[in-house]
Amino acid sequence: MNFSNNIFKIVFFARAGQGAKSIAEVLAQSAMAEGKFVQAFSFYGPQRSGAPTKTYVKISDKPIRNHEPIVDPDVAVVLDDTLIKSENVANNLDDDESLIINTIKTEKVIRKEIHDFKGNIKTIDANMIAMDIIGRNYTNGIILGKLIQVIEIVKLETAVEQFKRIFEKKIGETLTKKNILAIEKGYDSL
Amino acid sequence: MKKQRIQNIKKALTGGAASAEALRQVEPDVMPVYPITPQTPIVEAFAKFQADGKVDTEIITVESEHSAISACVGSSVAGARTVTATSSQGLALMNEILYIASGMQLPIVMLISSRALSAPINIHGDHSDVMGARDTGWIQLFSEDAQEVYDNTIIGTKLAEETKIPTMVIMDGFTTSHSVEVLETLPDAVVKNFVGEYQSKNSLLDIDNPKTFGAVALPNSYFEFKIAQAEIIDKVAESYKKITGEFENISGRKYGVIEEYQTKDAEQIIILMGSTAGTAKDVVDKMRMEGKKVGLLKIKMFRPFPYREVAKVLGKARSVAVMERVMPFGSVGPLYSEIVNTAFTNKLTKIQVASYIYGLGGRDIFAKQIEKVFEDLIAKKLKEKIKYIQ
Repeated sequence: MNFSNNIFKIVFFARAGQGAKSIAEVLAQSAMAEGKFVQAFSFYGPQRSGAPTKTYVKISDKPIRNHEPIVDPDVAVVLDDTLIKSENVANNLDDDESLIINTIKTEKVIRKEIHDFKGNIKTIDANMIAMDIIGRNYTNGIILGKLIQVIEIVKLETAVEQFKRIFEKKIGETLTKKNILAIEKGYDSL
Repeated sequence: MKKQRIQNIKKALTGGAASAEALRQVEPDVMPVYPITPQTPIVEAFAKFQADGKVDTEIITVESEHSAISACVGSSVAGARTVTATSSQGLALMNEILYIASGMQLPIVMLISSRALSAPINIHGDHSDVMGARDTGWIQLFSEDAQEVYDNTIIGTKLAEETKIPTMVIMDGFTTSHSVEVLETLPDAVVKNFVGEYQSKNSLLDIDNPKTFGAVALPNSYFEFKIAQAEIIDKVAESYKKITGEFENISGRKYGVIEEYQTKDAEQIIILMGSTAGTAKDVVDKMRMEGKKVGLLKIKMFRPFPYREVAKVLGKARSVAVMERVMPFGSVGPLYSEIVNTAFTNKLTKIQVASYIYGLGGRDIFAKQIEKVFEDLIAKKLKEKIKYIQ
């Protein structure tokens, strides 16, 4: 875990409706449950389903006073690989930092499409896993699992616990179970 | 007051949800609303509490903000603890009734997630809306983060009810209202005991002591009514000091009408309000490490303006930069104007005051840009004209 300025910074690139805000919330609540300080917020553009969105999470051992958006993340997460054409997803990512991307493409192909990025690219075909487990294209839980695997900033158990606490009442027991399985699948993926 | 054992509970909430959490504990009697972005998380979270039976509040959904604040006036005059929430165009539409609420001494609490005004349409944060309502006779409390939103909601309720002056609790649209942050909340019983049960001294429904509200005042008396109103608002600072003192006993958190950060020996000071204060504190820390004597003055209460407290801070500095999030058409910034006024009336003729406008319509403000403002002050690059941080 690489803390720049003692604050670990995560940027999610997604399309509105993909649930980036929900997993940012789970991550933030998990970090708080583990005694950390957090800040989680989104950039709100034109509010329509499918529009590109950016969601930010900051995690620190100390209170976070800075209210800047994140321009120099420690990890970037892309929930929709078509966004790499319009968004500079690897912006300010260093060579020892990671880009996690939901895609059917290989790491090699993605690296070609994103110019000038020498850091780690972690691909995951979350769409396929989601269809397999949930039967619908709900990929955010899988991405959350993958993110925790890569950055190890919170414990998997904590994230599962928080997901349950936040969503069980809202989405019901069955869907919650499936989503938790999805988080675990993402965490265990290669 | 005897010091109680402090029992804070940690939570991660958006600023909007933090104010709703405070409201759940305060439990207003009536909440007329016409929800608008970005106050969304406030009413969303509070309506959920109400639907879950956690509060006994009557939520009145009305057809406009003008109706919302009108219903607040009716409810408050009847003697009910009354709150509402709004932003931007909503606050602008309420404007007419804001004066009626303050003129009738109704302790309404309004939560505001501040936002730009049209045209062009923009849903993002700045202080155009609340600055447009600054002279309506309401108290204005600004908040830096979710913690201050929570605390100001509780303090604001007690302040409004003790002074009989309606109070705006202001958070920055999106930056604070929609950002999840860690804060400490108090146990329900502690908050309930702090604000107490609201007993209106001038209830319209008190038929044993009939009173008249909203009467006509002709040229022979209107003037005196307004003088009386001005005299009451001048005493707010006193009540605020007492209430925040009591709040410190239950929470351990100390508040003043201003917050000074490293101003003691500061030669250059930035003055601002709201969420940017947090970023500016980080900048001050960084520049202090480099041996630069810089500081921050955060205005917490904009109305009534804390002239005396600000004058004390200004007296120590060589130069100050006022940063604000509103476009002063054909004039200067409202905060800048207050600072220059404070310097002039206190004969602080040597101090130089620079004016910066930033963050309009949600434009991001970065630590680097704040650092540049300090560097400008240090290099004595002080323009007389307003400088825009774009």
